[in-house]
Amino acid sequence: MQQTWLILGATSSMARAFIRKLAHQGDGIILAGRDTDDMAATARDARVRGARLAEVMRFDARDADTFAPLIDRMAREEGTLNAAVFVGSMPPQSDLDAAPDGIDGVIRDSFTGPSHVLHLLAAELEQRGSGTIVGVGSVAGDRGRVGNYVYGAAKAGFHTYLSGLRNRLTRAGGHVVTVKPGFVDTAMTWDVEGMFLVAPPEKVADDILRAVEKRKNIIYTPGFWRLIMTIIRLVPEPIFKKLSI
Amino acid sequence: MTWRSGSYTGWGRALVADGPMARPERLSALHKVAGQAPAIGNRRSYADACLNDDGSVIDMTRLDRIIDFDPNAGTVTVEAGVTLGDLTTLLAPRGWMPAVLPGTGHATVGGAIAMDVHGKNHVSVGSFGQQVRSLTVLRNGQSEVETAGSDEFRASVGGLGQTGIITQATLSLAPCPGTGVRVRERRMDSFDEHIAQLEASTSPFVVGWIDATATGDATGRGIMEEAELVDRTPPPDKKAKSVPFDAPHAALSGPVVRAFNAAYLRRVPAMGRTRIRSIDDFFFPLDRIANWNRLYGKRGFHQFQCVVPTAEADALKDMLEFIGTSGLASPLVVLKKLGEGRGGMMSFPMEGYTLAVDFPARAKAADVIKRLNQMTADVGGRVYLAKDAFLEPDQVASMYPDHAAWAKIAAKSDPEGALMTALVRRLKLREVA
Repeated sequence: MQQTWLILGATSSMARAFIRKLAHQGDGIILAGRDTDDMAATARDARVRGARLAEVMRFDARDADTFAPLIDRMAREEGTLNAAVFVGSMPPQSDLDAAPDGIDGVIRDSFTGPSHVLHLLAAELEQRGSGTIVGVGSVAGDRGRVGNYVYGAAKAGFHTYLSGLRNRLTRAGGHVVTVKPGFVDTAMTWDVEGMFLVAPPEKVADDILRAVEKRKNIIYTPGFWRLIMTIIRLVPEPIFKKLSI
Repeated sequence: MTWRSGSYTGWGRALVADGPMARPERLSALHKVAGQAPAIGNRRSYADACLNDDGSVIDMTRLDRIIDFDPNAGTVTVEAGVTLGDLTTLLAPRGWMPAVLPGTGHATVGGAIAMDVHGKNHVSVGSFGQQVRSLTVLRNGQSEVETAGSDEFRASVGGLGQTGIITQATLSLAPCPGTGVRVRERRMDSFDEHIAQLEASTSPFVVGWIDATATGDATGRGIMEEAELVDRTPPPDKKAKSVPFDAPHAALSGPVVRAFNAAYLRRVPAMGRTRIRSIDDFFFPLDRIANWNRLYGKRGFHQFQCVVPTAEADALKDMLEFIGTSGLASPLVVLKKLGEGRGGMMSFPMEGYTLAVDFPARAKAADVIKRLNQMTADVGGRVYLAKDAFLEPDQVASMYPDHAAWAKIAAKSDPEGALMTALVRRLKLREVA
């Protein structure tokens, strides 16, 4: 059946790698984000690589007026509708410590903004009885750490939302994949010190596509992060609170 | 999130730079850092052409989108960070391919233009820069389009990144009948036979491999490959391999290389043979082994590549004699014939024969390569700046006759010298005599 994907946060390098794979399959793609010039280049690339459709639409997680047009556009496509969420913001924790107002923005970008769009889309998916939603969370959402716990809290909220949405859409024939990447080689981590086992965005995109095909529920990418996070989650809080990892 | 500090190297890994690197993922991010540093691609030049140890660099590899492909006209417009391998994989099944491919598919389009690279078909089609119809160059905060033929264009092609940051290029493609290459391999018993056969060949793609451990009458022996694109399905490529860590010193020592070369030579039967290979396998043979540069150990290696005029071919024989007795030879020695085609003022190609030799980076290698540089200069030849680590500033001026004209345009494009690289400083390329 004809597939169309809504990509929220299409300027991220993980999204770009994923879009290339969708294009190669001949899927239709609606690229949504703030930098429309940049997305225009990605859309042209997707068309050359075989996308049935590649269109750019403005989407700002902090501007709810941009949400409904996305759903309207998606609804015009026949076949199966899907979505993948790559948005999120991770300002340095020290910035947030200095200006706590920034916390709301992080929550909006990484959790409530995209959740609002998914909520609007969910009704359409239920009606059609098919469709997959990919939500990119983070290993940072598995446990709060001193280095980035606002971002982690936002992602934890998003994970929980995705879990509930999966519960809801499963009844209607849809599916939700929660993706928890470890360190990925993107602009977000480019100058962060102490990065290790950094995965290229193409690897993450491969893992996501496989998870979609196999209808996985929650994946870590690369896979070894499941083990790392299992250990981190098992550290008792009295000890964990004294660690700086 | 813009600059990351650390050390980085070119493909040879013998020269190391320390400094900040940016890797913009969007054009808007590039605009924020443009003008502060030279652009680099996938760092497939060997020495210091892609290094800037006194400043910073901008890695262009994430700006790698294909903007337009016209299958009727056979043209493609791409961002500078696209690799030639990616482009070839995408276009070959649709009947087109880049008209010039260097020995690695990991080179970016921007890098291929800035070095004006050549391929195994230089005699028939010229250099990479000659396939470029137009360039978009970012300089002084402005994007400017340069079209083939203009002085600015000829300064940017082969221009070592000194005229601005190449952000986009439109390339003329070559028709590609299928994904197969018919390759005829023949043993060459001597240098003279090798040269005579290169001269006699009418195949579009021709390359000679040389056993540089051979001396005396056997000097210059090797295998000549002649190839053409064919509409035949090649056997599936073997799974790519990787060199996971730096090899020990002994991996490429004299006896090992001699044994390897002897075996490599014998794998082609005395009567020669013809095979169908894949495009990737023929054009990018070493890309099958990821990080093959680690075979030279953590000290890395140098590559010497020169071109000498046709009438001076014997100079290459003298060089091979000298290399054979140096005990430093590596398995990677390539001999090709070049035509006169060159896309820019600082382009490497000239009509004649080009020899490329890898040397493990040991103390003695510098002396050997400096001697080879001098032998090249003595016969009116030219050393390839994408490979060089040992030329002297005054040697460049005589090898590159358009240098002064180029330096003037570079000075106008980049008056502050913000785009200078370690290579440019070492060879004083931006100074006009």
